[in-house]
Amino acid sequence: MSIALLASPPRVGTRPVRGVVNDASMRWNDRPRVQAMEPDTELLARLRAGDESAFLALVTRYNPSLLRLARTFVPSDAVAEEVVQDTWIGVLRGVDRFEGRSSFKTWLFRILVNRARSTGVREHRTIPVDPTVPAVGADRFDASGAWAEPLVPWESDADDRVVAATWAPRLRQALDGLPDRQRDVVVLRDVEGMSSEDVCDVLDISEGNQRVLLHRGRSRLRSELEAEFGAGRR
Amino acid sequence: MRVLLRRRDQLVCQQVVELVTDYLDGALSRRDTRRFEGHLRGCPNCTAYLEQMRVTIAETGRLTPEDLSPEAREEFTDLFRAWQRDDPDS
Repeated sequence: MSIALLASPPRVGTRPVRGVVNDASMRWNDRPRVQAMEPDTELLARLRAGDESAFLALVTRYNPSLLRLARTFVPSDAVAEEVVQDTWIGVLRGVDRFEGRSSFKTWLFRILVNRARSTGVREHRTIPVDPTVPAVGADRFDASGAWAEPLVPWESDADDRVVAATWAPRLRQALDGLPDRQRDVVVLRDVEGMSSEDVCDVLDISEGNQRVLLHRGRSRLRSELEAEFGAGRR
Repeated sequence: MRVLLRRRDQLVCQQVVELVTDYLDGALSRRDTRRFEGHLRGCPNCTAYLEQMRVTIAETGRLTPEDLSPEAREEFTDLFRAWQRDDPDS
């Protein structure tokens, strides 16, 4: 894969995935909270004007991802909560100076990562990604490298909202079970929908490293969904 | 397990699954993209796999925040009000 990594990726690179996500959310009508969501920029404008409900709306929107991310940097839930609270204080202090050159999201997560790093307590984070873990176990392939058993397509049931509702808790659990660095990247890229450039910026990692972590993380989420729900989808 | 692609080899399924994220991010070279897509056209299993990855990504993006707990709501309300008191200009 060295060839592909050396070639500079086209700018439109992140589009296909974002497109998929957007298409999916449009197909589904059970996300009123998302569809009715007030844009960050409007909430920020209200926050600057001193509107408490705008602040609470932003906290509600981003707290789960902030906590997930913080938890990968610090050794306990309690410290993670402190870091997140500290992040929101940073937002309140800085909101008048925030010029919107980056998105609010990028700014917010950058504050979080800075605060988390400055606690200086961490270090279960140094475990490297095992580069030999494949996206799909070798036992699923025959000697020629082809699938040993046919793969069951998911797409027909994926339109079923009931199925989606069943998936969410399992997916959250799987997300929380990802190795730290993979979780950081999956949360920012796939939960928050940030671009790979912004994610590299926030986490201070290279584009190639980011993509490897994303690939490991996503592949693992897929295989956990398959293990949980795959059999019933024939 | 990054896959080393040689120029003329056909991709096998085991390599294709390792290239999915690069493909979706548009990070494959044009030639590798053609080989990837060429493989998919002849392989219903890898086509199903790619679709499963897309569903996984889409579902991950659909995870909605839970509502704040009443305690958290109170805590952040206090935080906001304390900040307003200390920083009345804002």
